[in-house]
Amino acid sequence: MLDMEGQVRIPSGCAISGIISRSGKSIPGSEIIKSISVMHDRSNGLGGGFAGYGIYPQYKDLYALHVFYYNNKAKELTEEFINKHFEIGYLNSIETRKHPNITDEPIIMRYFITPLQNKLRGSMLDEREFVAQCVMKINSQFEGAYVFSSGKNMGVFKAVGFPEDVGEFYRLEEYSGYLWTAHGRYPTNTPGWWGGAHPFGLLDYTIVHNGEISSYDANRRFLEMYGYKCKLLTDTEAITYIFDFLNRKNKLPLEEVVNIVCAKFWTEIDNMPEAQRLKHEAFRSVYGGLLINGPFSIILGFDGGMMALNDRLKLRGMVAAEKGDTLYVASEECAIREICPSPDRVWAPKGGEPIIARLEKGGNN
Amino acid sequence: MPVNYIQPQFLVLRNTDRCIKCRVCERQCSNEVHSYDVDGDVMLADESKCVDCQRCVSLCPTHALAITETPNQLRKNANWSSQLIYEAYRQAESGAVLLSAMGNPQPFPVYWDKIVLNASQVTNPSIDPIREPMETRVILGSKPRKLELNDDGSLKTKLAPSLQLNVPIMFSAMSYGSISKNAHESLARAATELGTFYNTGEGGLHEDFYKYGKNTIVQVASGRFGVHPGFLRAGAAIEIKMGQGAKPGIGGHLPGAKVKEDVSRTRMIPLGSDAISPAPHHDIYSIEDLRQLVYSLKEATRYTKPIFVKIAAVHNVAAIASGIARSGADVIVIDGFRGGTGAAPTRIRDNVGIPIELALAAVDQRLRDEGIRNDVSVVVAGSIRCASDAVKAIALGADAIYIGTGALLALGCHLCRDCHSGACNWGIATQRPELVKRLNPEVGYKRLINLVQAWDHEIKEMMGGMGINAIESLRGNRLMLRGIGLNQKELEILGISHAGE
Repeated sequence: MLDMEGQVRIPSGCAISGIISRSGKSIPGSEIIKSISVMHDRSNGLGGGFAGYGIYPQYKDLYALHVFYYNNKAKELTEEFINKHFEIGYLNSIETRKHPNITDEPIIMRYFITPLQNKLRGSMLDEREFVAQCVMKINSQFEGAYVFSSGKNMGVFKAVGFPEDVGEFYRLEEYSGYLWTAHGRYPTNTPGWWGGAHPFGLLDYTIVHNGEISSYDANRRFLEMYGYKCKLLTDTEAITYIFDFLNRKNKLPLEEVVNIVCAKFWTEIDNMPEAQRLKHEAFRSVYGGLLINGPFSIILGFDGGMMALNDRLKLRGMVAAEKGDTLYVASEECAIREICPSPDRVWAPKGGEPIIARLEKGGNN
Repeated sequence: MPVNYIQPQFLVLRNTDRCIKCRVCERQCSNEVHSYDVDGDVMLADESKCVDCQRCVSLCPTHALAITETPNQLRKNANWSSQLIYEAYRQAESGAVLLSAMGNPQPFPVYWDKIVLNASQVTNPSIDPIREPMETRVILGSKPRKLELNDDGSLKTKLAPSLQLNVPIMFSAMSYGSISKNAHESLARAATELGTFYNTGEGGLHEDFYKYGKNTIVQVASGRFGVHPGFLRAGAAIEIKMGQGAKPGIGGHLPGAKVKEDVSRTRMIPLGSDAISPAPHHDIYSIEDLRQLVYSLKEATRYTKPIFVKIAAVHNVAAIASGIARSGADVIVIDGFRGGTGAAPTRIRDNVGIPIELALAAVDQRLRDEGIRNDVSVVVAGSIRCASDAVKAIALGADAIYIGTGALLALGCHLCRDCHSGACNWGIATQRPELVKRLNPEVGYKRLINLVQAWDHEIKEMMGGMGINAIESLRGNRLMLRGIGLNQKELEILGISHAGE
C-alpha cells in the first residue's frame, strides 16, 4: 500500500479560486463550483475542496466542527472527548449525495459546539486557543478521526475527486455565503486520503494553495517549536499554521504578516526610513523561519475576509478581478470570466503583494 | 655515533637538469633544508628538517623541485603505524607531550561527504541567482519570542544587540601571536570589506587594528590575555572561549618563541614567555558562573554588544548548549573536533571531541525541542571546508559558519601542520619579521575576499537550485539533505532521511 498523507511528503500542483462579496451579499456554492471546474486540467482527480464563509448564520456563535471518521471506535472516542470539553448545540451527519466519481467516503459528521465554561476557565486559555488545542488533540491522538473544519459560521468541504464532483457530492448549491474558496489538486502521488485534500483549516483560517514551497522544513521546524504538530506534511498545513501563529497568536495584522511570509528584499529594506527599516529587519531576524519560499499562490480565508498572495518572485500564476463590491481571484483568468464575464477590472497582482478584501460590516469575531 | 631513531618523512626530489642553482630554495627555507656546496657546485638537502610546506617548490623558477613521501618504510604493521612508532621514539627521547598543529588529520568519517543536497525538478522551479535576487544576509543574536507593534505600526519590541553579516561566513578566532600581524591585518581588512567579522582569538587586539573594531569580535579566554576595558569596547561582539574543537578540555598554547615584543605588549605578558591558558576559566566552574561572566561583560559594555560563547563539540554538547542558551548568551559557537589550532597536544587533538556535523544536528534539535532555538544564534566551526559544507551546515540548523583553516589556505597556508615551530615559511604562523613580511596584507586581504565571495556565489547557486532565495529558508531545512551510506543511528542524529527515501 502507498503511504498516506502524513507518512510521506507529497508535492502537488493545483488550481485555486476565490470570491468575496464585500457587502456581504449571499453567493451560492454553485458559483464557486462553476469557477473551479473550468480549470479541470489543473487537477488530476486526487483532491478537491471548498471553504464557505457565512454559511451557518443560524449557528454563527458556535464552532462548526467537520469531522471524518474512518471507524466507529474513532467516532466513539472523539465524541466522548467532545462531550467532555464542549456543549453541543446541534449535530448531524453532513448531507451528501451519491456520486459516481466519489468513492470510499468516510463517516462525515458536523458538530456545532461551544466550550464548556468550567473547562475553558480551567485551561487558562482564550476560547479560540482552547478550541485549536482540542482540534489538534483529536487529530493527533484519535487514530481514524480527523477534524477538517473548526471555525465559526464557516465550513470546509473536501474529498478525493475532481473539485466539481466534490462540490456536487456535498450539495454545495444548497449553501450560500459571502466568501468561497476552492481548490483542485494535482498531487504527484496517490495518497487517496480525504484529509489530505484542501482547503486546510484551523479555526476560521483556511488555506487553498497552489505551489510547492521550498522552505517547508524550515517552516515546519520553526512552527513545531511553538506547539504546532505538522502531521500531514503538506505545505498547506504549514502555511495555515503560519498565519494562525502570526495573526492570531502574535496578534500581527495581516498586512504585516505578509511582510514576514513574503519578506521585503534587503535591497528595499536598506533604503527604507529608519523606523520602517528597523521593523522589517526585525521581521526578517525574528520570524525568518516563517518566510515562505519557493513558488506559491494562496488564498487565505478568515472570518470576515480573504487574502490572496503570491510568492516574492511570483513563480505561480494568479489573476484578480473586481466587479462592483465583489472580488475574484483565481489561478487562471478563465475561471473568473466563467462566473463574471465582464469584470470592471482584471489584473495580475505582483509577487509578494497581497490583495486583502474584508466584509464592510466586519466578521463574526 | 648515536643511533638516529627518527627518519625523515619526506624526500626532496631535485631535477638537476632543471636546477639553475639560483639558491632561492635555500633562502626561502626557514627550516634550513636546502644548502649550496660551493666546492662541489651542488645543491644539497637535509630532509630531516623538511615539513613539506611546499614553499621551495612554489618559488623554484624552473620547477626543478618536488617533495614526496620518503620511500623508506618501517616494517608494515596494521596496528603499529609508523607514525605511532616514531612518536614513541620521540617521546622516549624527549620525555614530553607530543605537540601538533592544525586540525585532526586522522581518518574519522567526514559526514559532510556523506550528505547530499536537493535540487528542484518540474514541480517547482529552480531560481537563477544571476537573474533573480538571492539573499545570504544573516543576523546573529538573541531574538525575542514575538514582536509587538505600536498603534502607528512601528516596532514596539526592543531587540537585543545583534550582528549583521552580508555573507553567512566569518573568520574564526586565531590569536595574534599564533598568527602574524600581517595575517591579522588581512583578516581584519577582508572582514570589513565583505561586511562580516573576524575574531581576535585570545591574544588581545594589536593597537593598529582598533580601527577595524566594527568588524571585529574580541575574545575573552581563560588566560584573559590582552583583555582590558578598551579591548572589550573595541569590538562589535565579545566571544567567551570556553573551549576549542582542536583541544577540548585544555587552554590555548602559545610557545614562548612566538612571544616577540609586539605580541608581548598586546597580550600583556612578559617577552618570550610561554602563554599557556588555564584549562578552565578559573571563575567558571559551572553553568551559573558562566552566566555571571556573560553579564559582567554585558555590564562592562553597557548591553550594547552580543555575547558569543564558544565551546568544543563534546559528548554532552546538546545539554551544554541548552545551558548556555539560558545563560544570557546571544550566540553559541560550536567547534568540531577537526578544527584547527596553532598548537595542541597531539593525543588531545586526535582523540577528544566529536564531529561538528553530529554536534550541530544534536544542538539545533535540542534547542528546538526546548523551544529556545530563537533565544540564541548558532555558529559552527571546526572544518567547514567549502561552500557545500557551509550549505549543509546551515540546512542542518546553523545560522552562520566560522572558517579558520580555509581562510589561512587563502593566505597561502599549505597545511604542513608545523605552526607550533613558529617558523612558518608562508608568513602566517610566525612572528619572525623576515618571514612575516612574506605575507603581504594587500594581497592577502584580496585573496580572502575572493575566497568568501566565491563561496557566497556557490552558496547562492546551490540555494537557487533548491528553489530558495533567502538563506533563512535554508536554515534548519533538513528536508534538503539526504544521507548516503549512513546507518540508522547516524541518520537519526542528523535528523535526515537516506538518499532514495
